[in-house]
Amino acid sequence: MNALRSTFSEIKRYPSALAGLVIIILLVIAAVVILIALPYNEAVRLWRGGEGVWYKNPKTAPPAWTNFFTAADRPVTLHLTVEDEAVEKFREENETTVDIFTTFTFDFNYDEIPQEISLFMEGIYDEKEPFADIYLLRPDGSEERLLSEGIPASRTVYLSQETDLQRRIARNTGFEDVLVGMLSIPDTDPPQIMKGTYQISVEGIGFEPDSDMNVEMVMYGKVHGIAGTDHLRRDLSVALMWGIPIALAFGLIASLGTTVLTMIISAVGVWYGGWVDELIQRITEVNLVLPFLSILVMVGTFYSKSIWVILGVTVLLSIFGGAIKTYRANFMQIKESMYIEAAQAYGANDFRIIFLYLIPRIIPLLIPGLVSSIPTFVFLEATLALLGLGDPVLPTWGKVINDAYQNGALYNGMYYWIVQPAVLLMITGLAFAMLGFSLDRIFNPRLRGL
Amino acid sequence: MATETKAVQTVSKAKQRAWKGTLARVAKYTGLRSVTMIITIIIGVYLTILIANMGGYVDEIMRGNIEDNVANTLRNQESFQRLSPEAQRSLLQQEVRNEEERLGLNQPFIIRSFRFLWDGLTLNLGRSLNMTSDTGSRQVRLIILERLGPTMLLMGTSQLLLFFTSVYLALMLSRKYGSFFDRVVIALSPTSSAPSWFYGIFFILIFASVLRILPFGGMVSAPPPENSLEYALDVLKHLILPAAALYVSLIFISIYNWRTFFLIFSSEDYVEMAKAKGLTDREIESRYILRPTLPTIITAFALTLIGLWTGAIVTETVFIWPGLGRTLFTAVGLYDTPVIVGSTIIYAYLLAITVFLLDFVYALVDPRVKVGGGQKKA
Repeated sequence: MNALRSTFSEIKRYPSALAGLVIIILLVIAAVVILIALPYNEAVRLWRGGEGVWYKNPKTAPPAWTNFFTAADRPVTLHLTVEDEAVEKFREENETTVDIFTTFTFDFNYDEIPQEISLFMEGIYDEKEPFADIYLLRPDGSEERLLSEGIPASRTVYLSQETDLQRRIARNTGFEDVLVGMLSIPDTDPPQIMKGTYQISVEGIGFEPDSDMNVEMVMYGKVHGIAGTDHLRRDLSVALMWGIPIALAFGLIASLGTTVLTMIISAVGVWYGGWVDELIQRITEVNLVLPFLSILVMVGTFYSKSIWVILGVTVLLSIFGGAIKTYRANFMQIKESMYIEAAQAYGANDFRIIFLYLIPRIIPLLIPGLVSSIPTFVFLEATLALLGLGDPVLPTWGKVINDAYQNGALYNGMYYWIVQPAVLLMITGLAFAMLGFSLDRIFNPRLRGL
Repeated sequence: MATETKAVQTVSKAKQRAWKGTLARVAKYTGLRSVTMIITIIIGVYLTILIANMGGYVDEIMRGNIEDNVANTLRNQESFQRLSPEAQRSLLQQEVRNEEERLGLNQPFIIRSFRFLWDGLTLNLGRSLNMTSDTGSRQVRLIILERLGPTMLLMGTSQLLLFFTSVYLALMLSRKYGSFFDRVVIALSPTSSAPSWFYGIFFILIFASVLRILPFGGMVSAPPPENSLEYALDVLKHLILPAAALYVSLIFISIYNWRTFFLIFSSEDYVEMAKAKGLTDREIESRYILRPTLPTIITAFALTLIGLWTGAIVTETVFIWPGLGRTLFTAVGLYDTPVIVGSTIIYAYLLAITVFLLDFVYALVDPRVKVGGGQKKA
């Protein structure tokens, strides 16, 4: 306990260690909160969900906060359903028909045209589908008929894709692009956006007493949410958040597993000596001949991409690494100590000597190495993901970078897609590295004061 | 006079005997060391073969491919279409068998694995399954040789630069530790926990994507310049970003490690003594700091040289650099076992040879170490 306290007071002397420690604590808290708020199954469902889950999101939209840095105010996504106040729906039954009017009212004060405006319509009928006229009312009072058509059980209208509408808009406003024509002052060049309150009204008629029509409107923005979206419309915040517990778990388990096993193996080797020691040394030499990353790539390609399999192989290959020689040298010295001899004299067995007398002595040496090796493993996961060997199910930072890289984010200016996970990786890596470095200087007497 | 000659003779005889003893010891040591090294290489290569072949599972994938390919080629032949279904089937089977025999798939895996091992160890690297060199050859040796140049260029530039600048700067910093630059290096050393591709992506983003002053990747522009001077300049332009990424990712930790290492040695008593004697910094450095640390520096340099060989798998992939690392990655993706095993074997050989030679270099530069000499400490 006292040792812990004195270690902590030492840490306080190194500002970078303190910063690292604070970041690590924050990351751990964030990881716990995320695991509780967004359980594993839910995260996987969201991440693997595809268009069905994410149809309301724009494609490859940067995060909303990027608006602070751009001169033009880019539109955010607007999703309007009947539950919203901005939507009015009224249904009136006449003698033979039913009037179903849905009106969407929204302000448009942005400087750029949205990605797309879509209407998700659902006609409810037995035999004859209801019919709808859809109008746009601009702030200046001008009106534009958008569509007139029968509404089947499920119909999605992407306004920019409607060819009839495109021809009509071009004739009325002089703009080839439907959305530009809808939202700009006619015949301006370059197109000037007409700011103000717009209304889209869906005037439907049902031909059966029970007919009804449900309409949802989505205006896909050019920016979205706190983290933006990817090419599959997925909200990147899911992956960025879930990346925290995964990165921490992978880094901690790999480095803890590697260091502890390495330590035990080298302690056993030193204690028993003879052929055991010899065997361990030979295995280490064989392992040094094997190219580490190539083997991981092979395992990932040929066997399994599961993060746990990769983790296991990583630990297995790292156990017999260069560190075993350092530990061995240390244990050799400790083995000659008087207290070990004393322990033998009173009849302590081998197990007791290894685990209670040898190993505890080098724990101070081991902790800095352990902490410093965490970033290596955190980045290793990202490296494998970048090579296309990421876990197929889990959302991780490396996979986001891989997706971005594969979809040409660097070439097409979608920097947010790469920069956000990269910055998170960097913060995590740096936090552990800074702490590990300072711990090394605290625990390693040869480095004290250097 | 006679006694004198006799004495000289005995001395020279004793010398001869001692020399012979050393020779025998060196020979014995060399022999023992070679045997362990060879065994190590054999085991390492065999493990690689086992992993690369997935214990025979790759064969299944290949068999499927062969059947597909053979069936496709045959179906396009008119003579084949005119045959009866029975004859078609038997011809197909015959062709598949031939193809399997050509690739050596008809033998059990264990036998083939040992044949692979023997071929590999004798550097008879065989033919690739799918990959070809730029000249269209399927010889694994040619493929590896061809990619060696770009890898050497990239890794050589960055790693040698890294090695020499970091040692030089570290010596400078160790002389005045605690200075501003010293603290900057210490503060920046944790940045090296990020791998080089990570910096590579940022460099691409900044210099290629935003500023548009350097190319995104590759080794030469397409089409390559005709003039050889322009060609060299073009390659240089493509080299900057990947080399910088490799350099930046390691420079701070490298300086930090060397600096700490030199500091530990420069706080030894004999260095203090030299200082007290009034020797210049340069003399102290070359005689009292560099001399005892030479073995370590040489080891690090040798390991750097070995590191050049594997290339940087991810950095080369990110920068589309046509080197060994990228080839290895492509080979894994195509299940091209001969190429994977081939590059591993060469790596293993080089590593073993370097470690072997290091022992002798140690003996040359470090008087405390004698090849195979002295008794082992109990």
